[in-house]
Amino acid sequence: MAGAKKKGGSATKTGSASRSRPAGRKGKAAKSAPAAPAFSPEEELHAYREMLLIRRFEEKAGQMYGMGLIGGFCHLYIGQEAVVTGLKMAIEEGDQMITSYRDHGHMLVCGMDPKGVMAELTGRRGGYSKGKGGSMHMFSREKNFFGGHGIVGAQVPLGAGLAFANKYNDNGRITLTFFGEGALNQGQVYESFNMAALWKLPVVFVLENNRYAMGTSVTRSAAKSEELYNRGSIYGIPGEPVDGMDVRAVKDAGERAAKWTRDGNGPIILEMLTYRYRGHSMSDPAKYRTREEVQKMRAEHDPIEQVRTRILDAGLAGEDDLKTIDKEVRAKVSEAAEFAQADAEPDAAELWSDVLLEATAQGGN
Amino acid sequence: MPTRILMPALSPTMEFGKLAKWLVKEGDAVSAGDIIAEIETDKASMEVEAVDEGVITQILVSEGAENIAVNTPIAVLAGDGEEAAVGPGAAPVQPAAGSVPPRDPAPPPHTTVASDPDIPSDAHFVEMTVREALRDAMAEEMRRDDTVFVMGEEVAEYQGAYKVTQGLLDEFGGTRVIDTPITEHGFAGLGVGAAFGGLRPIVEFMTFNFAMQAMDQIINSAAKTLYMSGGQMGCPIVFRGPNGAAARVGAQHSQDFSSWYAHVPGLRVIAPYSAADAKGLLKAAIRDPNPVVFLEHEILYGQSFEVPDLDDYVLPIGKARILREGGDVTLVAFSHGLTYTLAAADRLAETGISAEVIDLRTIRPMDTASVIASVKKTNRLVTVEEGWSVCGIGAEIAATVMGEAFDYLDAPVMRVSGKNVPMPYAANLEKLALPSVEDVVEAAKAVCYA
Ligand SMILES: Cc1ncc(C[n+]2csc(CCOP(=O)(O)OP(=O)(O)O)c2C)c(N)n1
Ligand SMILES: [Mg+2]
Repeated sequence: MAGAKKKGGSATKTGSASRSRPAGRKGKAAKSAPAAPAFSPEEELHAYREMLLIRRFEEKAGQMYGMGLIGGFCHLYIGQEAVVTGLKMAIEEGDQMITSYRDHGHMLVCGMDPKGVMAELTGRRGGYSKGKGGSMHMFSREKNFFGGHGIVGAQVPLGAGLAFANKYNDNGRITLTFFGEGALNQGQVYESFNMAALWKLPVVFVLENNRYAMGTSVTRSAAKSEELYNRGSIYGIPGEPVDGMDVRAVKDAGERAAKWTRDGNGPIILEMLTYRYRGHSMSDPAKYRTREEVQKMRAEHDPIEQVRTRILDAGLAGEDDLKTIDKEVRAKVSEAAEFAQADAEPDAAELWSDVLLEATAQGGN
Repeated sequence: MPTRILMPALSPTMEFGKLAKWLVKEGDAVSAGDIIAEIETDKASMEVEAVDEGVITQILVSEGAENIAVNTPIAVLAGDGEEAAVGPGAAPVQPAAGSVPPRDPAPPPHTTVASDPDIPSDAHFVEMTVREALRDAMAEEMRRDDTVFVMGEEVAEYQGAYKVTQGLLDEFGGTRVIDTPITEHGFAGLGVGAAFGGLRPIVEFMTFNFAMQAMDQIINSAAKTLYMSGGQMGCPIVFRGPNGAAARVGAQHSQDFSSWYAHVPGLRVIAPYSAADAKGLLKAAIRDPNPVVFLEHEILYGQSFEVPDLDDYVLPIGKARILREGGDVTLVAFSHGLTYTLAAADRLAETGISAEVIDLRTIRPMDTASVIASVKKTNRLVTVEEGWSVCGIGAEIAATVMGEAFDYLDAPVMRVSGKNVPMPYAANLEKLALPSVEDVVEAAKAVCYA
């Protein structure tokens, strides 16, 4: 376990109400958990590159915010990279993701173009929402990324609805619905759990427990905060805590969860024990936790360092090879940043577009 | 007395029905509860029971008859030994006089609102920000009344997401300054319940965008329960927080809800501009026995104003303030809208147009008398709001002025508002979406035909 929290019990927890449960790794999920299944060399290098892209992208976004190029809110994903990276590796082409405002990492792993994401951050016409959405509101139907939502908790029923449509269309697709541990206290989350369980919707509820909702630690906001993965148990939804700092553990749990829900067993909850290094948004008093706590997480559990160390230890690549990857990633991010600064603001006429669609005689969209 | 059995209504909206079947005939004896007939409408069917025992002496409507109006006598039931003395077609019994609603409802009560208290001529003024004024108002009321408490996301340890509750946790402790989970619908409802239970909650929404999660509790529970309980269940609660567009936070975080709440009977809605009004009106809101929606503005939080340094500065709810006198055109605004409006008044003065600027301060109940009085003087009116114009505050004012001062208007009322689009993120588009000083100047010139 990432040390994000101490946990006992089996890797797969489920409410007593559910009779069947997904096949989980046996043994303790806590510190004593067995190492997650090893990655192939390709997987290690892929995960390294993906996570590094998110980190460098977010660092650049932070700098650009400081330069006044990005406005409003900007929630960085630094520290949580393993969650989306491992899960993306666990799902299939065509599966969907939906999340909150802390969405840059999700978009990058979905294969959205960093240029388009960065240009949305700067509010330019080449952004994914033509500059009209901003950091919190981006979408790509092509890449099966459904946003980008600013109201805490509201994306959870939306994710259940995407899953509902998948089941309705019987297309074999599943939906990963991400939300924070703060969002977990919204009533609509439980309304969604109930419907998803009742109708056996193909949805994985990915609870990104980074321990804080703005300045409120999880222990100050959630009853029984050490077992949030159990919050679906009264609906018979199985849940599992996962070391969200270890990309291998994330992928492993993600694969099992995806299979469980794709096989028609209904929803499942993965509690990703993770950590955000940066402030909630850009202005953050940083008084609600100690610098040491952050430093300790970075030093001992950094998701990228873990992979890097394994790559070097196993001789999958040398320092120079990793430097090359680093360089390539930096170049990609710089290119995005340049594009996002050079691109024009949206045309003034865009103020009035996209409010409603024209109705067609046949209906449908 | 023989009893007339009337055509029953199956539902509140039923007016006519069919007498589908008689299960009794004239001369039959029945006891209470016996089914005597079947009634049908296009939607439902129902069995008619005898309400008393006796003999069916007359059947007035034959089986199969359609379009029988509700309350038409359909049969006559006589008690033992009674004469069947009732003829067909007798009118149903009318409700007793006094319970009949008058055709014209009584006019709504007219309430007069007190003027602002006089500020002693030797009073001292202190410069303070709107943020501090709001905090002081809460702190003063919490000192006065220990049933007042504050609840919301990040209000205690974090000192408020926008630092409005700074210092309150230190002074009043964790039982009166309470951090909630992110659960707006839940804590708004809990606050309403606490108000029913005799407390005076101040519920902070981190921003009013998130109060939409709690809309049902604000309207169905807080605003309506007094009425539904015939006046028993007062709900002294303040819902407060920043409302409207801040800067570059996109569509889901930039909306002015003034007209939404102003629509609702049972709520008071306050939207101050200056620090003095913020303080005096928030204190009034906390003391008010009704649910008050108190709309602040993030951009005003850091702005400083002169505030009278008085022990207990409380302002009347429902009274506008004339911020600037003028004779050529009336500009009505509230909250951050005054920022543009006052700047526009300066610009207009340079071109020789003297604008009277009215700060509504309270949106509901609105001080329309002050607006009308001003229009009678200037004959021209421009309204300013950041929200959407459709069904907005400006629309309401225009309708009122048309009704009460039509003959005084020398030009159609003009509304300046946010554009009717979700708030765009891009800097250039956001600017276009919000009202501006130029918009107000242009509108004022237009109504002045200048
Ligand atoms: C309904 C609603 N209430 C409050 C907010 C303000 N807010 C934005 S993010 C946030 C904290 C959410 O924490 P969590 O769900 O743990 O997600 P994290 O930010 O840690 O990713 C809050 C209170 C909001 N956006 N929506
Ligand atoms: Mg969190």
